[in-house]
Amino acid sequence: MIPRHLLIGVAALLVLVVSMGIYVRHMRRRAEEFQYAAADALPVAPPASGPTETVTLYVADDDAGTLRARSAQIPLPGGRQQRAEELLRALLRIYQQPDSAHPLPPAADIRSIFLVDPGAAVIDLNAAFADQHRSGILSEQLTVNSLVETLAANVPGISRVNILVEGKTRETLAGHADLTETFDVITVEQAANQ
Amino acid sequence: MRWTKVPSPQYSVPSSRWKVGYWVLGTTYWVLLLLSAAPSLEEKHISVYSPVAIYTLPVLERAGHEYVGLLELLEPLGRVSSQTDGRRWNLRYNAVDAEFAAGKTRARIRGRNFDLSAPFLIENSHGLVPLSSLSALLPRFLETPVNFHESARRLFVGDVRIQVGFQPDASNPLRLALNFSAPVNPTISTEPGKLRMVFKRDPVVSPGSQSISFDNKVITQASYSENNGDAELDVAATQPLMASFSNDRKTIVISVVPQAPATPSVAGSQNPAPTSPTANVASGSSRRVLAVVDPAHGGSERGAALTDTLAEKDVTLGFARLLRHELEVRGFAVALLRDADTSSTLDQRAAAANVARAGIYISLHATSQGSGARVYTALLPVEGPSKGAFHAWNAAQSPALPVSRIVSAAIVAQMQKREFPVRASSASLRPLNNVSMPAVAVELAPGTDGVAELTNANYQQRAASAIADAVVSVRDRLGAQP
Repeated sequence: MIPRHLLIGVAALLVLVVSMGIYVRHMRRRAEEFQYAAADALPVAPPASGPTETVTLYVADDDAGTLRARSAQIPLPGGRQQRAEELLRALLRIYQQPDSAHPLPPAADIRSIFLVDPGAAVIDLNAAFADQHRSGILSEQLTVNSLVETLAANVPGISRVNILVEGKTRETLAGHADLTETFDVITVEQAANQ
Repeated sequence: MRWTKVPSPQYSVPSSRWKVGYWVLGTTYWVLLLLSAAPSLEEKHISVYSPVAIYTLPVLERAGHEYVGLLELLEPLGRVSSQTDGRRWNLRYNAVDAEFAAGKTRARIRGRNFDLSAPFLIENSHGLVPLSSLSALLPRFLETPVNFHESARRLFVGDVRIQVGFQPDASNPLRLALNFSAPVNPTISTEPGKLRMVFKRDPVVSPGSQSISFDNKVITQASYSENNGDAELDVAATQPLMASFSNDRKTIVISVVPQAPATPSVAGSQNPAPTSPTANVASGSSRRVLAVVDPAHGGSERGAALTDTLAEKDVTLGFARLLRHELEVRGFAVALLRDADTSSTLDQRAAAANVARAGIYISLHATSQGSGARVYTALLPVEGPSKGAFHAWNAAQSPALPVSRIVSAAIVAQMQKREFPVRASSASLRPLNNVSMPAVAVELAPGTDGVAELTNANYQQRAASAIADAVVSVRDRLGAQP
């Protein structure tokens, strides 16, 4: 005959082991979800491959309140659309450097660019780009001007640009710059040169 | 028997006068036909207001009765499913079972008979019930009181009604406050002698009387009406009115547009008042120009976080009040688009400025980046004057853009006089694009002492007086559309 106190002790330990198992399983799932979320926030595009080309990037400078043309050597793929996407990703990498004169959020990315003939381009930004962008007329407008001018300078034939966020029209980038408009490349260039 | 030749009818090509006559007759016929069909073009609908959803549904006319889909009506309110079995149509809403038969007025709900006022219809598996039965039918399904304004097709489920109260300002006869028991979002329009507010999604109900007269010679009357799912409040006045929101959209303040046609001239009778609008503009000092000052952001829309505790919306409001004072002492009539921590959409801000027919619109912003100030005009291509009387909403600023740039340059010049770091630029910034008068946005940045300077009254005062002086210097240009 097994003593009663021994039975109670074993049963209590058994309940404890099962409870701990459930808790550990729960914590493991949460950790996995966190990892997926963190991974989702980072750019996932593979590095571009292809011959290196010299391009002109229009880089914003918050202190000066202007864009500065900067030459860069970057590998560009063959397709026109892929070239446009890599071009803007190269621009983003400059803004995501720690010493950037126009810092953009680390998780900001270009989801895709659609080139719609004749002359129209649609830039689709990810949510982090807009959600974590600094709010202010100057900062937001410089970002828009930088994207539009860089695209127009390196992808021939683009005269109009629309900007979407996560595939949808968004009223403003971060409270100021109007994203419901179609940006006319010539008008943006004139404004940037003021 | 004599045979006579019956003359054959002579068909000739109609003369040009006949052609014109046929054309006029034909056109008149089609115009009359379209006019007679016009009332039926307006889609009838029913508005449903409940604590869980506010929605509208189309109303169908069948055999002289108005019908609505029962499944569609109940769907937003709970779990609902239906099944068609020949001429029978079964419905389950939460735990309530009902059975209807096409062409029959008798139905069974919760195992009991219920008589509809007109036969039940099935169209494409959709069960249609007559509108006139809803008051008695819906309480069988729902466990909340139902109030149906049948003639206006407005259905209130539960206690959702928004009451409105009128509060005339005894000290200011040019002002009337409408206080609502919950936030509202009406469509506001003006016409001569009237300001109209249409409530499409707000369960606003009658204030008790359909018409209220005020002991006021300017704002004379308010009337309430409801029709086709909408409620409407009209305020009548002898002068043009404008409306602004406050108290988190629970209050609409209606006031007379403060654009006085003429002020007593210093020269008095030696300088008679001009008669034409052009002369009015040219004379400048002989009239008061309305300046609309828009403190950007507000309410839940905080704008940029300037510090952990300082929001852009708070800086813009303080700055706007200072600018109002500076403009008023220089002889301008000034309207602030918000004078409290309230929110308005960008379209509402633009509409308020356009309806007020302001001479100038100034949007105020603040930032923690950079230094001094930046003056922005709209980033739009300059449009020629040959586009006609109408302009696209998103390019409403185009005709006024040349004058806006003159105002911007004047502000830069005045700020530079005060050794205030400043720069002019263009930005794609709403509602700048949507206002039809000269418009600028001024973004105030910190001075040498950092972000704390943004709330410094002296710092703001310098900027405000520079803007006001600049507006004075271009006063003759304001109101004159190119």
